[in-house]
Amino acid sequence: MNNEALKERILGLVPDAEYQENKQFLTFIIPPAKMHDLALRLKNEADLAFDYLFCLTAVDMVKFLEVVYHLESTTHRHQVVLKVRTEDRVNGAVDTVCDIWRTAEFHEREAFDLMGIRFNNHPDLRRIFLEEGWVGHPLRKDYVDEVNIVEF
Amino acid sequence: MKEIINLPVKNVEEEEYHINMGPQHPSTHGVLRLVVSLKGEIVKSLKPHCGYIHRGIEKMCEKDTYPQIIHLTDRMDYLSAHINNHAVCMLVEKALEVEVPERVKYIRTIVDELNRIASHQLWWCSFGMDMGGLTCFFYGLRDREKILDIFEESFGSRLLHSYYTPGGLMMDIHPNFQKNVKAFIKYFRKKIKDYDELLTGNIIMQLRTRGIGVLSKEDAISYGITGPSARASGFACDVRKHDPYGVYDKVDFKEILGTTGDTLERYMMRMHEMHESMKIIEQLIDNIPEGDYAAKMKAVIKLPAGEYFQRVEAARGELGVYVVSDGNKSPYRMKFRSPNFSNLSVLDHLSRGCKIADLIAIGASLDYVIPDIDR
Repeated sequence: MNNEALKERILGLVPDAEYQENKQFLTFIIPPAKMHDLALRLKNEADLAFDYLFCLTAVDMVKFLEVVYHLESTTHRHQVVLKVRTEDRVNGAVDTVCDIWRTAEFHEREAFDLMGIRFNNHPDLRRIFLEEGWVGHPLRKDYVDEVNIVEF
Repeated sequence: MKEIINLPVKNVEEEEYHINMGPQHPSTHGVLRLVVSLKGEIVKSLKPHCGYIHRGIEKMCEKDTYPQIIHLTDRMDYLSAHINNHAVCMLVEKALEVEVPERVKYIRTIVDELNRIASHQLWWCSFGMDMGGLTCFFYGLRDREKILDIFEESFGSRLLHSYYTPGGLMMDIHPNFQKNVKAFIKYFRKKIKDYDELLTGNIIMQLRTRGIGVLSKEDAISYGITGPSARASGFACDVRKHDPYGVYDKVDFKEILGTTGDTLERYMMRMHEMHESMKIIEQLIDNIPEGDYAAKMKAVIKLPAGEYFQRVEAARGELGVYVVSDGNKSPYRMKFRSPNFSNLSVLDHLSRGCKIADLIAIGASLDYVIPDIDR
Protein backbone atom coordinates (compact mmCIF):
# COMPACT_ATOMS: atom_id res chain seq x y z
CA MET A 1 0.00 0.00 0.00
CA ASN A 2 1.44 3.40 -0.85
CA ASN A 3 1.55 6.21 1.67
CA GLU A 4 -1.54 8.02 0.35
CA ALA A 5 -3.73 4.93 0.60
CA LEU A 6 -2.21 4.06 3.97
CA LYS A 7 -2.95 7.53 5.27
CA GLU A 8 -6.62 7.27 4.35
CA ARG A 9 -6.83 3.75 5.76
CA ILE A 10 -5.42 4.79 9.15
CA LEU A 11 -7.51 7.97 9.32
CA GLY A 12 -10.49 5.74 8.58
CA LEU A 13 -9.63 3.58 11.59
CA VAL A 14 -8.94 6.50 13.95
CA PRO A 15 -10.61 9.68 12.65
CA ASP A 16 -9.15 11.88 15.41
CA ALA A 17 -5.55 10.86 14.68
CA GLU A 18 -3.45 13.87 13.86
CA TYR A 19 -1.33 13.66 10.70
CA GLN A 20 2.19 15.05 11.13
CA GLU A 21 4.41 16.23 8.29
CA ASN A 22 7.55 14.09 8.03
CA LYS A 23 9.87 13.62 5.05
CA GLN A 24 10.73 10.01 5.69
CA PHE A 25 7.78 8.22 7.28
CA LEU A 26 4.03 8.59 7.39
CA THR A 27 3.49 9.93 10.91
CA PHE A 28 0.39 10.14 13.11
CA ILE A 29 -0.28 11.33 16.63
CA ILE A 30 -2.77 8.92 18.18
CA PRO A 31 -4.95 9.66 21.23
CA PRO A 32 -3.63 7.45 24.06
CA ALA A 33 -6.95 5.71 24.68
CA LYS A 34 -7.11 4.46 21.10
CA MET A 35 -3.53 3.28 20.69
CA HIS A 36 -3.91 -0.32 21.81
CA ASP A 37 -6.99 -0.92 19.70
CA LEU A 38 -5.35 0.60 16.65
CA ALA A 39 -2.17 -1.42 17.20
CA LEU A 40 -4.17 -4.65 17.25
CA ARG A 41 -5.89 -3.80 13.98
CA LEU A 42 -2.63 -2.70 12.33
CA LYS A 43 -1.11 -6.05 13.19
CA ASN A 44 -4.06 -8.29 12.36
CA GLU A 45 -5.74 -6.84 9.28
CA ALA A 46 -4.39 -8.49 6.16
CA ASP A 47 -3.93 -5.40 4.02
CA LEU A 48 -2.00 -3.61 6.79
CA ALA A 49 -0.09 -6.50 8.46
CA PHE A 50 2.31 -4.37 10.51
CA ASP A 51 4.04 -7.29 12.17
CA TYR A 52 7.47 -5.78 12.84
CA LEU A 53 8.00 -3.08 15.45
CA PHE A 54 11.52 -1.98 14.56
CA CYS A 55 11.88 0.82 17.05
CA LEU A 56 10.08 1.92 20.18
CA THR A 57 11.37 4.90 22.05
CA ALA A 58 10.34 7.87 24.13
CA VAL A 59 11.15 11.57 23.78
CA ASP A 60 10.85 14.30 26.38
CA MET A 61 9.43 17.37 24.62
CA VAL A 62 9.22 19.26 27.95
CA LYS A 63 5.51 20.13 27.44
CA PHE A 64 4.70 16.45 27.11
CA LEU A 65 6.32 13.03 26.98
CA GLU A 66 6.02 11.16 23.73
CA VAL A 67 6.26 7.45 22.90
CA VAL A 68 7.28 6.79 19.29
CA TYR A 69 6.50 3.52 17.53
CA HIS A 70 8.20 2.68 14.21
CA LEU A 71 6.28 -0.06 12.43
CA GLU A 72 6.92 -2.03 9.30
CA SER A 73 5.06 -4.76 7.45
CA THR A 74 7.35 -7.59 6.39
CA THR A 75 4.88 -8.71 3.71
CA HIS A 76 3.94 -5.35 2.15
CA ARG A 77 7.11 -3.48 3.16
CA HIS A 78 5.25 -0.30 4.08
CA GLN A 79 6.13 1.70 7.17
CA VAL A 80 4.37 4.00 9.55
CA VAL A 81 5.29 5.98 12.66
CA LEU A 82 2.80 6.39 15.50
CA LYS A 83 3.18 8.76 18.43
CA VAL A 84 1.34 8.81 21.71
CA ARG A 85 1.61 11.77 24.05
CA THR A 86 1.10 12.18 27.76
CA GLU A 87 1.34 15.48 29.60
CA ASP A 88 1.49 13.97 33.08
CA ARG A 89 5.18 13.93 34.04
CA VAL A 90 4.62 12.12 37.35
CA ASN A 91 2.15 9.35 36.58
CA GLY A 92 2.07 9.52 32.78
CA ALA A 93 1.06 6.16 31.39
CA VAL A 94 0.17 4.62 28.06
CA ASP A 95 -1.11 1.12 27.28
CA THR A 96 1.51 -1.51 26.61
CA VAL A 97 1.78 -3.09 23.16
CA CYS A 98 3.95 -6.01 24.26
CA ASP A 99 1.03 -8.41 23.93
CA ILE A 100 1.01 -7.50 20.22
CA TRP A 101 4.74 -7.20 19.48
CA ARG A 102 6.89 -9.12 21.96
CA THR A 103 9.91 -6.92 21.31
CA ALA A 104 8.06 -4.07 23.03
CA GLU A 105 8.55 -5.73 26.41
CA PHE A 106 12.23 -4.78 26.65
CA HIS A 107 11.88 -1.50 24.82
CA GLU A 108 9.09 -0.37 27.12
CA ARG A 109 11.15 -1.30 30.15
CA GLU A 110 13.93 0.86 28.72
CA ALA A 111 11.54 3.77 28.15
CA PHE A 112 10.26 3.39 31.70
CA ASP A 113 13.76 3.25 33.13
CA LEU A 114 15.30 6.17 31.28
CA MET A 115 12.27 8.35 30.53
CA GLY A 116 9.84 7.48 33.31
CA ILE A 117 6.78 6.61 31.28
CA ARG A 118 4.58 3.89 32.77
CA PHE A 119 3.01 1.23 30.60
CA ASN A 120 -0.35 -0.14 31.71
CA ASN A 121 -0.67 -3.96 31.76
CA HIS A 122 3.06 -4.51 31.18
CA PRO A 123 3.96 -7.94 32.62
CA ASP A 124 7.28 -6.96 34.19
CA LEU A 125 7.75 -3.21 34.40
CA ARG A 126 11.08 -2.84 36.22
CA ARG A 127 14.13 -0.73 35.55
CA ILE A 128 16.31 -2.49 32.99
CA PHE A 129 19.68 -0.67 33.02
CA LEU A 130 19.76 1.30 36.25
CA GLU A 131 19.55 -0.27 39.67
CA GLU A 132 16.36 -0.48 41.71
CA GLY A 133 16.02 2.63 43.85
CA TRP A 134 17.68 4.97 41.37
CA VAL A 135 16.19 8.44 41.73
CA GLY A 136 14.92 10.09 38.57
CA HIS A 137 14.94 9.22 34.91
CA PRO A 138 18.17 10.31 33.18
CA LEU A 139 16.93 10.97 29.66
CA ARG A 140 14.46 13.60 30.84
CA LYS A 141 15.47 17.16 30.10
CA ASP A 142 15.02 18.25 33.73
CA TYR A 143 17.24 15.49 35.15
CA VAL A 144 20.00 16.88 37.34
CA ASP A 145 23.21 15.03 38.15
CA GLU A 146 25.80 17.48 39.40
CA VAL A 147 28.53 14.86 39.75
CA ASN A 148 28.49 13.08 36.41
CA ILE A 149 27.02 15.60 33.97
CA VAL A 150 29.36 18.53 33.36
CA GLU A 151 27.67 21.65 32.01
CA PHE A 152 29.77 23.74 29.63
CA MET B 1 27.12 -36.67 63.92
CA LYS B 2 23.90 -38.63 63.68
CA GLU B 3 21.86 -35.42 63.44
CA ILE B 4 23.81 -34.22 60.46
CA ILE B 5 23.24 -37.43 58.56
CA ASN B 6 19.51 -37.25 59.23
CA LEU B 7 19.15 -33.73 57.86
CA PRO B 8 16.67 -33.77 54.99
CA VAL B 9 18.52 -33.51 51.69
CA LYS B 10 16.89 -31.20 49.16
CA ASN B 11 16.01 -33.01 45.98
CA VAL B 12 17.20 -30.76 43.18
CA GLU B 13 15.32 -32.85 40.63
CA GLU B 14 12.01 -31.82 42.13
CA GLU B 15 12.57 -28.35 43.47
CA GLU B 16 13.05 -25.27 41.36
CA TYR B 17 16.17 -23.31 42.19
CA HIS B 18 17.99 -20.30 40.76
CA ILE B 19 21.54 -19.86 39.66
CA ASN B 20 23.31 -16.70 38.56
CA MET B 21 25.19 -16.93 35.28
CA GLY B 22 27.43 -13.93 35.18
CA PRO B 23 28.05 -11.03 35.42
CA GLN B 24 31.49 -12.58 35.10
CA HIS B 25 30.96 -15.71 33.07
CA PRO B 26 32.96 -16.61 29.95
CA SER B 27 29.93 -17.64 27.92
CA THR B 28 28.11 -14.34 28.35
CA HIS B 29 31.00 -12.66 26.46
CA GLY B 30 30.92 -9.61 28.69
CA VAL B 31 29.16 -8.36 31.76
CA LEU B 32 25.67 -9.78 31.45
CA ARG B 33 23.91 -11.55 34.31
CA LEU B 34 21.36 -14.25 33.60
CA VAL B 35 19.25 -15.45 36.52
CA VAL B 36 18.30 -18.96 35.48
CA SER B 37 15.48 -20.93 37.14
CA LEU B 38 16.29 -24.61 36.98
CA LYS B 39 14.61 -27.86 37.81
CA GLY B 40 17.31 -30.48 37.74
CA GLU B 41 19.26 -29.25 34.75
CA ILE B 42 16.23 -28.14 32.76
CA VAL B 43 15.83 -24.38 32.32
CA LYS B 44 12.36 -23.29 33.47
CA SER B 45 12.78 -19.59 32.89
CA LEU B 46 15.48 -17.00 32.57
CA LYS B 47 15.74 -13.34 33.44
CA PRO B 48 18.52 -11.25 31.91
CA HIS B 49 19.84 -8.41 34.07
CA CYS B 50 21.58 -5.81 31.97
CA GLY B 51 23.12 -2.47 32.74
CA TYR B 52 26.54 -3.48 34.07
CA ILE B 53 28.17 -1.51 31.26
CA HIS B 54 25.49 1.13 30.75
CA ARG B 55 27.30 4.37 29.95
CA GLY B 56 24.38 6.53 28.93
CA ILE B 57 25.59 7.02 25.37
CA GLU B 58 22.20 8.44 24.35
CA LYS B 59 22.42 11.07 27.07
CA MET B 60 26.02 11.90 26.16
CA CYS B 61 24.98 12.40 22.53
CA GLU B 62 22.66 15.21 23.59
CA LYS B 63 25.72 17.23 24.58
CA ASP B 64 27.99 16.29 21.68
CA THR B 65 28.26 17.50 18.10
CA TYR B 66 27.63 15.03 15.29
CA PRO B 67 31.33 14.45 14.45
CA GLN B 68 31.90 13.72 18.15
CA ILE B 69 29.04 11.23 18.26
CA ILE B 70 30.89 9.07 15.71
CA HIS B 71 33.42 8.24 18.41
CA LEU B 72 30.70 7.09 20.80
CA THR B 73 29.01 4.78 18.31
CA ASP B 74 32.27 2.85 17.92
CA ARG B 75 31.92 1.83 21.50
CA MET B 76 28.47 0.28 21.26
CA ASP B 77 28.96 -2.79 19.11
CA TYR B 78 32.72 -2.55 19.01
CA LEU B 79 32.92 -5.54 16.64
CA SER B 80 31.02 -3.69 13.93
CA ALA B 81 32.42 -0.26 14.70
CA HIS B 82 32.60 0.86 11.06
CA ILE B 83 29.00 -0.11 10.42
CA ASN B 84 27.77 1.83 13.45
CA ASN B 85 29.67 4.88 12.24
CA HIS B 86 28.15 4.41 8.82
CA ALA B 87 24.64 4.74 10.27
CA VAL B 88 25.32 8.08 11.94
CA CYS B 89 27.20 9.45 8.92
CA MET B 90 24.40 8.54 6.53
CA LEU B 91 21.83 10.05 8.86
CA VAL B 92 23.67 13.38 8.88
CA GLU B 93 24.21 13.27 5.11
CA LYS B 94 20.54 12.48 4.53
CA ALA B 95 19.39 15.32 6.78
CA LEU B 96 21.69 17.86 5.11
CA GLU B 97 21.06 16.39 1.64
CA VAL B 98 24.77 16.02 1.01
CA GLU B 99 25.77 13.73 -1.82
CA VAL B 100 28.96 11.86 -0.91
CA PRO B 101 31.48 11.03 -3.68
CA GLU B 102 31.23 7.59 -5.32
CA ARG B 103 34.71 6.75 -4.05
CA VAL B 104 33.50 7.15 -0.47
CA LYS B 105 30.52 4.85 -1.06
CA TYR B 106 32.76 2.14 -2.51
CA ILE B 107 35.32 2.34 0.27
CA ARG B 108 32.64 2.37 2.95
CA THR B 109 30.96 -0.71 1.50
CA ILE B 110 34.23 -2.62 1.29
CA VAL B 111 35.25 -1.66 4.81
CA ASP B 112 31.81 -2.56 6.18
CA GLU B 113 32.08 -6.00 4.69
CA LEU B 114 35.63 -6.50 5.97
CA ASN B 115 34.30 -5.50 9.37
CA ARG B 116 31.48 -8.02 9.04
CA ILE B 117 33.92 -10.81 8.22
CA ALA B 118 36.14 -9.85 11.18
CA SER B 119 33.10 -9.84 13.44
CA HIS B 120 31.91 -13.23 12.25
CA GLN B 121 35.41 -14.62 12.67
CA LEU B 122 35.41 -13.58 16.30
CA TRP B 123 31.92 -15.02 16.69
CA TRP B 124 33.21 -18.29 15.27
CA CYS B 125 36.09 -18.26 17.78
CA SER B 126 33.79 -17.80 20.72
CA PHE B 127 31.15 -20.19 19.41
CA GLY B 128 33.75 -22.91 19.15
CA MET B 129 35.09 -22.09 22.56
CA ASP B 130 31.64 -22.17 24.16
CA MET B 131 31.15 -25.61 22.64
CA GLY B 132 34.43 -26.72 24.17
CA GLY B 133 36.72 -26.51 21.14
CA LEU B 134 39.58 -24.21 22.06
CA THR B 135 41.31 -24.73 18.69
CA CYS B 136 38.64 -22.61 17.00
CA PHE B 137 39.65 -19.69 19.13
CA PHE B 138 43.20 -19.70 17.82
CA TYR B 139 42.23 -20.33 14.20
CA GLY B 140 39.66 -17.54 14.18
CA LEU B 141 41.84 -14.98 15.89
CA ARG B 142 44.76 -15.78 13.61
CA ASP B 143 42.67 -14.91 10.55
CA ARG B 144 40.97 -11.90 12.15
CA GLU B 145 44.43 -10.51 12.79
CA LYS B 146 44.92 -10.17 9.00
CA ILE B 147 41.90 -7.87 8.75
CA LEU B 148 42.96 -5.87 11.78
CA ASP B 149 46.37 -5.38 10.17
CA ILE B 150 44.69 -3.95 7.07
CA PHE B 151 42.58 -1.66 9.28
CA GLU B 152 45.61 -0.56 11.25
CA GLU B 153 47.58 0.34 8.14
CA SER B 154 44.81 2.38 6.56
CA PHE B 155 42.93 3.86 9.50
CA GLY B 156 45.50 3.92 12.27
CA SER B 157 43.70 1.73 14.77
CA ARG B 158 42.57 -1.83 15.14
CA LEU B 159 39.28 -1.85 17.01
CA LEU B 160 37.74 1.60 17.46
CA HIS B 161 38.52 3.28 14.17
CA SER B 162 36.17 6.27 13.87
CA TYR B 163 37.18 6.24 10.23
CA TYR B 164 33.97 7.58 8.72
CA THR B 165 32.97 11.16 9.26
CA PRO B 166 29.82 12.97 8.15
CA GLY B 167 30.44 13.68 4.47
CA GLY B 168 33.12 11.10 3.82
CA LEU B 169 36.19 9.57 5.38
CA MET B 170 38.81 10.86 7.81
CA MET B 171 41.60 10.11 5.32
CA ASP B 172 42.14 8.26 2.09
CA ILE B 173 42.95 4.55 2.04
CA HIS B 174 46.55 3.42 2.21
CA PRO B 175 48.19 2.69 -1.20
CA ASN B 176 48.55 -0.96 -0.13
CA PHE B 177 44.89 -1.32 0.83
CA GLN B 178 43.62 -2.92 -2.38
CA LYS B 179 46.59 -5.27 -2.67
CA ASN B 180 46.28 -6.39 0.94
CA VAL B 181 42.53 -6.91 0.79
CA LYS B 182 42.87 -9.07 -2.31
CA ALA B 183 45.63 -11.06 -0.64
CA PHE B 184 43.42 -11.54 2.40
CA ILE B 185 40.45 -12.80 0.35
CA LYS B 186 42.71 -15.30 -1.38
CA TYR B 187 44.09 -16.43 1.97
CA PHE B 188 40.74 -16.61 3.75
CA ARG B 189 39.01 -18.58 0.97
CA LYS B 190 41.49 -21.36 1.68
CA LYS B 191 41.27 -21.04 5.45
CA ILE B 192 37.49 -21.01 5.73
CA LYS B 193 37.54 -24.61 4.51
CA ASP B 194 39.41 -25.44 7.71
CA TYR B 195 36.57 -23.85 9.68
CA ASP B 196 34.10 -26.21 8.08
CA GLU B 197 36.31 -29.23 8.56
CA LEU B 198 37.09 -28.33 12.14
CA LEU B 199 33.67 -27.34 13.48
CA THR B 200 30.81 -27.41 10.95
CA GLY B 201 31.21 -31.08 10.15
CA ASN B 202 32.01 -32.02 13.73
CA ILE B 203 29.46 -34.57 14.91
CA ILE B 204 29.59 -33.47 18.55
CA MET B 205 28.89 -29.88 17.55
CA GLN B 206 26.05 -30.96 15.27
CA LEU B 207 24.43 -33.10 17.93
CA ARG B 208 24.60 -30.25 20.42
CA THR B 209 23.04 -27.71 18.09
CA ARG B 210 20.58 -29.48 15.79
CA GLY B 211 16.98 -28.96 16.92
CA ILE B 212 18.06 -26.87 19.92
CA GLY B 213 16.51 -23.44 20.54
CA VAL B 214 14.13 -23.46 17.58
CA LEU B 215 12.79 -20.01 16.71
CA SER B 216 9.80 -19.75 14.39
CA LYS B 217 9.56 -17.03 11.77
CA GLU B 218 6.54 -15.43 13.47
CA ASP B 219 8.38 -15.27 16.79
CA ALA B 220 11.49 -13.87 15.13
CA ILE B 221 9.46 -10.99 13.68
CA SER B 222 7.45 -10.42 16.85
CA TYR B 223 10.55 -10.34 19.05
CA GLY B 224 12.26 -8.02 16.57
CA ILE B 225 15.16 -10.42 16.00
CA THR B 226 17.32 -9.31 13.09
CA GLY B 227 20.53 -10.26 11.36
CA PRO B 228 21.76 -13.81 10.75
CA SER B 229 19.83 -15.06 13.78
CA ALA B 230 16.53 -14.03 12.19
CA ARG B 231 17.43 -15.12 8.69
CA ALA B 232 17.98 -18.62 10.06
CA SER B 233 14.24 -18.66 10.78
CA GLY B 234 13.39 -17.44 7.29
CA PHE B 235 12.74 -13.79 8.18
CA ALA B 236 14.05 -11.75 5.23
CA CYS B 237 15.39 -8.77 7.15
CA ASP B 238 18.63 -7.83 5.37
CA VAL B 239 18.64 -4.02 5.25
CA ARG B 240 21.30 -4.19 2.54
CA LYS B 241 18.68 -5.81 0.27
CA HIS B 242 15.47 -4.09 1.36
CA ASP B 243 16.71 -0.56 1.94
CA PRO B 244 20.06 -0.44 0.11
CA TYR B 245 22.72 2.06 1.06
CA GLY B 246 26.36 2.50 -0.01
CA VAL B 247 26.77 0.57 -3.25
CA TYR B 248 24.90 -2.55 -2.17
CA ASP B 249 22.40 -1.98 -4.98
CA LYS B 250 25.22 -2.35 -7.52
CA VAL B 251 26.70 -5.61 -6.29
CA ASP B 252 25.42 -9.11 -6.72
CA PHE B 253 24.93 -10.99 -3.47
CA LYS B 254 22.35 -13.33 -2.03
CA GLU B 255 20.29 -12.91 1.09
CA ILE B 256 20.51 -16.46 2.37
CA LEU B 257 17.49 -17.61 4.34
CA GLY B 258 17.32 -20.64 6.57
CA THR B 259 14.40 -22.93 7.20
CA THR B 260 14.76 -24.69 10.54
CA GLY B 261 15.62 -21.76 12.81
CA ASP B 262 17.63 -23.85 15.24
CA THR B 263 21.08 -23.20 16.66
CA LEU B 264 22.84 -25.04 13.84
CA GLU B 265 20.99 -22.96 11.23
CA ARG B 266 22.04 -19.74 12.95
CA TYR B 267 25.61 -21.02 12.83
CA MET B 268 25.32 -21.83 9.14
CA MET B 269 23.91 -18.39 8.30
CA ARG B 270 27.04 -16.67 9.53
CA MET B 271 29.30 -19.10 7.69
CA HIS B 272 27.38 -18.36 4.47
CA GLU B 273 27.54 -14.65 5.17
CA MET B 274 31.32 -14.67 5.30
CA HIS B 275 31.34 -16.14 1.77
CA GLU B 276 28.82 -13.53 0.57
CA SER B 277 30.86 -10.71 2.11
CA MET B 278 33.97 -11.91 0.31
CA LYS B 279 31.97 -11.97 -2.92
CA ILE B 280 30.88 -8.36 -2.39
CA ILE B 281 34.42 -7.20 -1.66
CA GLU B 282 35.77 -8.95 -4.76
CA GLN B 283 33.27 -7.17 -6.99
CA LEU B 284 34.23 -3.76 -5.63
CA ILE B 285 37.90 -3.82 -4.76
CA ASP B 286 39.23 -3.27 -8.30
CA ASN B 287 36.57 -0.72 -9.23
CA ILE B 288 37.05 1.98 -6.59
CA PRO B 289 36.59 5.19 -8.60
CA GLU B 290 39.07 8.04 -8.34
CA GLY B 291 37.95 11.20 -6.60
CA ASP B 292 37.74 12.96 -3.28
CA TYR B 293 37.56 11.01 -0.07
CA ALA B 294 35.15 13.48 1.52
CA ALA B 295 32.46 15.89 0.45
CA LYS B 296 32.78 19.49 1.53
CA MET B 297 30.96 20.02 4.81
CA LYS B 298 30.40 23.09 6.94
CA ALA B 299 32.70 23.46 9.94
CA VAL B 300 29.73 23.31 12.32
CA ILE B 301 27.15 20.72 11.38
CA LYS B 302 23.59 21.64 12.33
CA LEU B 303 20.72 19.41 11.27
CA PRO B 304 17.48 21.16 10.29
CA ALA B 305 14.76 20.74 12.90
CA GLY B 306 12.88 17.49 12.42
CA GLU B 307 13.13 13.76 12.85
CA TYR B 308 15.47 11.41 11.05
CA PHE B 309 15.87 7.67 11.02
CA GLN B 310 18.61 5.61 9.44
CA ARG B 311 18.94 1.85 9.46
CA VAL B 312 21.95 -0.24 8.52
CA GLU B 313 22.76 -3.93 8.60
CA ALA B 314 25.34 -4.38 11.35
CA ALA B 315 27.04 -7.73 11.83
CA ARG B 316 24.40 -8.79 14.37
CA GLY B 317 21.32 -7.30 12.81
CA GLU B 318 19.57 -4.09 12.13
CA LEU B 319 20.93 -0.97 13.78
CA GLY B 320 18.54 1.97 13.72
CA VAL B 321 19.52 5.51 14.60
CA TYR B 322 16.68 7.88 15.47
CA VAL B 323 17.41 11.58 15.89
CA VAL B 324 15.10 14.38 16.94
CA SER B 325 16.80 17.64 16.04
CA ASP B 326 15.83 21.13 17.16
CA GLY B 327 18.23 22.77 14.71
CA ASN B 328 21.22 22.93 17.05
CA LYS B 329 24.65 21.42 16.63
CA SER B 330 23.83 18.53 18.92
CA PRO B 331 20.73 16.33 18.73
CA TYR B 332 17.74 16.99 20.96
CA ARG B 333 17.25 13.26 21.43
CA MET B 334 19.20 10.39 19.98
CA LYS B 335 18.13 6.78 20.14
CA PHE B 336 20.04 3.74 19.01
CA ARG B 337 17.88 0.75 18.24
CA SER B 338 20.59 -1.80 18.80
CA PRO B 339 20.27 -5.30 17.36
CA ASN B 340 21.62 -7.07 20.43
CA PHE B 341 19.08 -5.52 22.77
CA SER B 342 16.20 -6.98 20.80
CA ASN B 343 18.02 -10.26 20.26
CA LEU B 344 18.50 -10.64 24.01
CA SER B 345 14.76 -10.49 24.65
CA VAL B 346 14.23 -13.83 22.92
CA LEU B 347 16.70 -15.77 25.09
CA ASP B 348 14.08 -16.60 27.74
CA HIS B 349 11.69 -17.91 25.09
CA LEU B 350 14.36 -20.02 23.36
CA SER B 351 15.94 -21.59 26.40
CA ARG B 352 12.78 -22.77 28.22
CA GLY B 353 12.78 -26.54 28.43
CA CYS B 354 16.39 -26.84 27.28
CA LYS B 355 19.25 -28.15 29.36
CA ILE B 356 21.59 -25.59 30.87
CA ALA B 357 24.38 -26.71 28.51
CA ASP B 358 22.06 -25.93 25.58
CA LEU B 359 21.59 -22.43 26.95
CA ILE B 360 25.30 -21.83 26.32
CA ALA B 361 24.93 -23.02 22.73
CA ILE B 362 21.85 -20.85 22.15
CA GLY B 363 23.54 -17.81 23.66
CA ALA B 364 26.62 -18.38 21.50
CA SER B 365 24.49 -18.65 18.36
CA LEU B 366 22.74 -15.35 19.09
CA ASP B 367 26.17 -13.70 19.31
CA TYR B 368 25.84 -11.01 21.96
CA VAL B 369 28.00 -7.96 22.34
CA ILE B 370 27.10 -6.59 25.76
CA PRO B 371 28.10 -2.91 25.31
CA ASP B 372 25.59 -2.81 22.46
CA ILE B 373 22.82 -4.08 24.74
CA ASP B 374 23.54 -1.59 27.51
CA ARG B 375 24.73 1.39 25.46
